[in-house]
Amino acid sequence: MNMQSLSIVDRLPAPRVPNDRWHKLEYLFWILPFVAYFLFPTNLVLISQMMILALFALSLDLILGYAGIVSLGHAAFFGVGAYTSGLLSTHGWGEPFSALLMAAVLAAILGYITSFLVVRGHELTQLMVTLGIGLMLYEIANKATDFTGGADGLWGISTWPLFGIFEIDLYGKTGYFYSLAVLFIMFLFARRLVSSTFGLSLIGIREGAKRMPAIGANVDKRLVAIYTISAGMAGVAGALLAQTTQFVGLDSLGFIRSADLLIILVLGGAGRLYGAMLGAVVFMFAHHYISDINPVYWQFWIGLLLIVIVMMGSGGILGSVERILERRRNRAAEKGAS
Amino acid sequence: MSNTSQNILTVDRVFAGYGEAVVLEDISFSLKEGDSLALLGRNGVGKSTLLLTLLGLTQLHSGAIHWDGHDVSRVPTHQRAANGMGWVPQERHMYPSLTVEEHLTVVARSGHWDVAKVYQLFPRLEERRANMGNQLSGGEQQMLAIARALMVNPRLLLLDEPMEGLAPIIVQELLGVIRRLVHETGLTVIVVEQHARLALGLTDQAIVLDRGQIVHQSTSQSLLDEPETLDRLVAVA
Repeated sequence: MNMQSLSIVDRLPAPRVPNDRWHKLEYLFWILPFVAYFLFPTNLVLISQMMILALFALSLDLILGYAGIVSLGHAAFFGVGAYTSGLLSTHGWGEPFSALLMAAVLAAILGYITSFLVVRGHELTQLMVTLGIGLMLYEIANKATDFTGGADGLWGISTWPLFGIFEIDLYGKTGYFYSLAVLFIMFLFARRLVSSTFGLSLIGIREGAKRMPAIGANVDKRLVAIYTISAGMAGVAGALLAQTTQFVGLDSLGFIRSADLLIILVLGGAGRLYGAMLGAVVFMFAHHYISDINPVYWQFWIGLLLIVIVMMGSGGILGSVERILERRRNRAAEKGAS
Repeated sequence: MSNTSQNILTVDRVFAGYGEAVVLEDISFSLKEGDSLALLGRNGVGKSTLLLTLLGLTQLHSGAIHWDGHDVSRVPTHQRAANGMGWVPQERHMYPSLTVEEHLTVVARSGHWDVAKVYQLFPRLEERRANMGNQLSGGEQQMLAIARALMVNPRLLLLDEPMEGLAPIIVQELLGVIRRLVHETGLTVIVVEQHARLALGLTDQAIVLDRGQIVHQSTSQSLLDEPETLDRLVAVA
């Protein structure tokens, strides 16, 4: 009998290290938001939220896709980022860039503190610990009504104009380019990070954590570092949502958001960076359009899509595309040879 | 080989194993810088466990390991590696998602060995530099495992059955490389090997283990000169 690994991480596709030189499809990918700006001028807010979700998914990809840390509580950092930015604003400081930085720092501090609980355990422990941390923060925010607005959410957020010039407008134009710029900068950072020797060592840890110390890598220290970085990045995503929507809901800390994020990553393809972003786009697109058709049962179709993608093999949508392209290349090579 | 009289590695009455189980009993030996040691014995007598114990990957029940004048018995594995212990594991432990070159750079530490020098030692790895770890033949994987260990710039190289499962022509190639490492670079080397005569031909000292204990300790040459003793101890021709 073929005994397959029961590990969640082992079932994920092998991570990919980006080449130093950009592929032409990467350039195309980053041109698309500019095309979408003109093609869908009435949907800029939706697309901004896709980009924010993509940034959030990127942060999970760093720990799950590259380092093999499983999380069901990543929304904790997203929520901390959102509340940080929101609370700064409601207390009189609406400057967006410094608020993003503050959100990143606080989320990273929380990530650093909790990382010691997370990195020591294996998958089930990681799932339970991250879930627990997420639930605790959710309840704290729920209870601290005076501070967070509780279940009603945090209202009254006012984001100052970017560079003192560009107002966050109702149509989402400023928010659109603001979200795109932050996503792009964070993507560049993530791309460089996973290509560095530090990033390579994370892959080594994912593919054999027990062997890495014997070749000189301090596994715990590296996992703590990537978990902290990932938390900071999730915090930026949360702050960005708070600034562009000028509202923070309690659900920003919720389990559903963490679970959705895991679905997004599996759907798009973990360990690829672009898979995380693609998953976010597909998920949001399905959420928006399918819930228009059927507001109650839209998750049925997401579930079906997820099953189809997973049954097609590991790697999500991007993995499936990679396999098709590889088959084509092989066929072309065979034809050339014959 | 260095002439320093200072021991670089001292293993002092070590009892070690896995969890509560004791595999190694009362192991003591020492090596000077530049020494080479063949660790011999039948299957399952504790040879690999001894290497893992030096690296801190087993449970040390009692005794002490001194490395470069310091007691490292409780020092974590990654620090031992960073302090100069290089390991070539028996299973080679390739990373499927990393290329050959990434295997080398991921653990690189400054020192004599760099990617260019390692490629000089193993030209075949340079040809395969863009191949993934799981796209290599067994011989190439073994070369990469040795090259990766060298990239840490170790002072002690632990080779666990480096010839296992390899074609004779690859074995000859690897023997040449290990011989160079032992005799030309001044590295201290411990070789665990089933093929006792191969290992004895490479090294200047030998230890034979049986049931976790040292049952013979001599120069490699003297053991080679006593074929009956050798056959009795390791039962291989």
